[in-house]
Amino acid sequence: MRDALHAEWTKLRTLNSTYWLLLAVAVLTVGVSAAVAATSSYQPNAYQDTPKLSLSGIDLGQAVVAVLAVLVISNEYATGMLCTTFTAMPRRLVVVGAKAATLTGLVLVAGVIAVGGSLIAGRVILPGNGFTVAHGYVLLSLSHGPTLRAAGGSALYLVLVALFSLGVATALREPATSIGVVLGLLYLLPLLARVVSDPAWHRHLEQFAPMTAGLSIQATTNLQSLPVSPWAGLGVLAAWSAGALLIGGVLLNIRDA
Amino acid sequence: MTTSSAPYRSELPVGRDGFAQLLRAEFTKLRTVRAWVIALGAAAVLTVVFAWVGGQQSSGTCTSSPSGTPSCTKVATPPALVGPGGEPVVDTFSFLHRPLTGSGSLTAQVTSLSELTAPGNGPDHPGVVPWSKAGILLEENTTQGSAYAAVMVTPGHGVRLQYNYTHDTGGLPGTVSASSPRWLRLTRAGDLITGYDSLDGAHWAKIGTVPLTGLTDSVQAGLFVTSPADDAGPSRSATEATATFDQVHLAGDFPSTSWNSQVMGADTQTYPTQVIGPNWFRQSGRTFTISGSGDIAPQVAGGALGGSGDTTSLLSSAALGLIPVIVLATLFITSEYRRGLIRTTLTASPRRGRALSAKAIVIGSVTFVGACIATAIAEAVSRHALSANGNYVFPLSTSSEVRVAIGTGLLFAIAAVLVLALATILRRSAGAVVTGIVVFVLPFVISHPLSPAVSDWLFRTTPAAAFAVEGALPRFAQVSDAYTMQNGYYPLGPWLGLAVLGAYAAVAFGGAVWSVRRRDV
Repeated sequence: MRDALHAEWTKLRTLNSTYWLLLAVAVLTVGVSAAVAATSSYQPNAYQDTPKLSLSGIDLGQAVVAVLAVLVISNEYATGMLCTTFTAMPRRLVVVGAKAATLTGLVLVAGVIAVGGSLIAGRVILPGNGFTVAHGYVLLSLSHGPTLRAAGGSALYLVLVALFSLGVATALREPATSIGVVLGLLYLLPLLARVVSDPAWHRHLEQFAPMTAGLSIQATTNLQSLPVSPWAGLGVLAAWSAGALLIGGVLLNIRDA
Repeated sequence: MTTSSAPYRSELPVGRDGFAQLLRAEFTKLRTVRAWVIALGAAAVLTVVFAWVGGQQSSGTCTSSPSGTPSCTKVATPPALVGPGGEPVVDTFSFLHRPLTGSGSLTAQVTSLSELTAPGNGPDHPGVVPWSKAGILLEENTTQGSAYAAVMVTPGHGVRLQYNYTHDTGGLPGTVSASSPRWLRLTRAGDLITGYDSLDGAHWAKIGTVPLTGLTDSVQAGLFVTSPADDAGPSRSATEATATFDQVHLAGDFPSTSWNSQVMGADTQTYPTQVIGPNWFRQSGRTFTISGSGDIAPQVAGGALGGSGDTTSLLSSAALGLIPVIVLATLFITSEYRRGLIRTTLTASPRRGRALSAKAIVIGSVTFVGACIATAIAEAVSRHALSANGNYVFPLSTSSEVRVAIGTGLLFAIAAVLVLALATILRRSAGAVVTGIVVFVLPFVISHPLSPAVSDWLFRTTPAAAFAVEGALPRFAQVSDAYTMQNGYYPLGPWLGLAVLGAYAAVAFGGAVWSVRRRDV
């Protein structure tokens, strides 16, 4: 396993695109978060969830994470490198495990930077838009339990999206199709939930859609009204990731590379 | 002694090297990959299914109980009031009227018009609703939705002559006050109604003459006041306007009866802003003071009816169909780079710009045709499902429906060309797919927490502006209401929105041709 990890780490470390994508995760997340924070303003009648607001960039950041994760495996399929890899390490699941572990580490680092930057941007920008103590909003701070959960959970969310994408790409091999499927499941299920007005179905969709369920970890207030509680929601996403990795692993084992 | 032999020439006839052959080659590449054809078909079917699912909503009010379970009461939307042109209308106002049995004219001086924003949002307070109306109205009969013509003063738009809900002409500008009253006159001669205005009651200016075709001899004419809901604040609130009429003067075939006072639409629930009290009408000599609430105007989606354009579900189904198209447009070129087929392609057709154009035309036409058909079916399915579930669906003319279908086809075609160009520049599929999806789908997902100004900006400047082709509901200048994206109104017009996407696609395609020519394959 150590050799497998070392091999995967070398492959990722020596690709320029890895660094560009990780940089893009951080920059785009912080950029969108800051833009959303800068354009939202205090309204007397509606209480806004400021930690969630300042983490809005995750919506876009996850797309880049998906690209990074998909390329980890589908690039090897595309170039035929996978045959070499499997010749050197015939235990295929170990290879996937090593890929998942390396990916987790890298995305976690990028995610923590992205989340931290977003929160700092929110902390600086939001008070200027009327989200002040006088209006009942406290300064964003990690010493506030729910904010810490939203922040840490968002970084974990990115990791789980990466693992989900890795599983899908392992199963589908083709990068374009894999990204289409991953982003389709992430982005379209919430859209579907929005047009379904039957309350039971609407709720079920929001409970099971990976994006809406996973992002419930960002909520810090009014938790009772969420379709699924924060940690359970992240659990739903984790189940999607585990399912995708399982299917990918099984297919990888029974298929010709 | 050497003999020179002629070099080898193939016996086969020389193949033609025209653009048609290139198109045929590209179409063959597209149609012979089974997974691509299946993906396209699945995208079309899913689009229709998605539209059907979106149509399974029923109108009603949902409340979220403290335990978090939303509970909904299903209320069938009352059938909309329909105007003479068949369009949904609002027709609620206070009316002081008497019969007119032939030709005649009615003159009045309006000396004041003021409004109150009524309860619901705290205490009453004076407000300014630009489209409050007070003036002289003539209508066929006192059933709601009947043909009418009216000349009126408004707080924000001066004197107006309006008829049959959708028509609106401007007269004298400015607001009414005791020191600056407005004189209004409405005359009838057969089917023709003419509106006049004046500042002093001596010098009259004609605003216009309007035809009320098929008007019966006996009509109702009189004074009216109404005031639409104020949506400037965080929530809609009902308003009430009060106007003072002086020097009311009748001429012509008015039988000598007394005035009838009637609140039109008081007994219907179609306009929830009916707020005026029992003492809405006072007379002292020739001075009448009338209060009214409501509107005489075309209905817009998201207004009083709650609004059901079918656009929300259509839009989401378009977004769903776009994802497979984005993936396909990417693979159409990147799989050539990956397998090395691009070398064969460019050997057979060394003019690289032409080869790329053939690709763009093929992928564009295929997605155009597919999207047109799928959208036309999805539209019909969604509208049918919506009305079967008791929702009021705004009537759309056939030409609008055709425009939505063709517009969506163009949206798909141009989007496919844009993504193809992007994938050609990048030569890798991941970047092209993710850019395409983020650009076209993310605005919908993210627009929820964004402020309206930002989402307006997104749908003006990004390629997603082209989704404006889905907006088919007419806007009316004389109704200031919620022309928001949620209600199916886009910041740009349909063709302008497509033009924005077209500009992006043109730039990207130019870049793709340039890089394919310049680069080694």
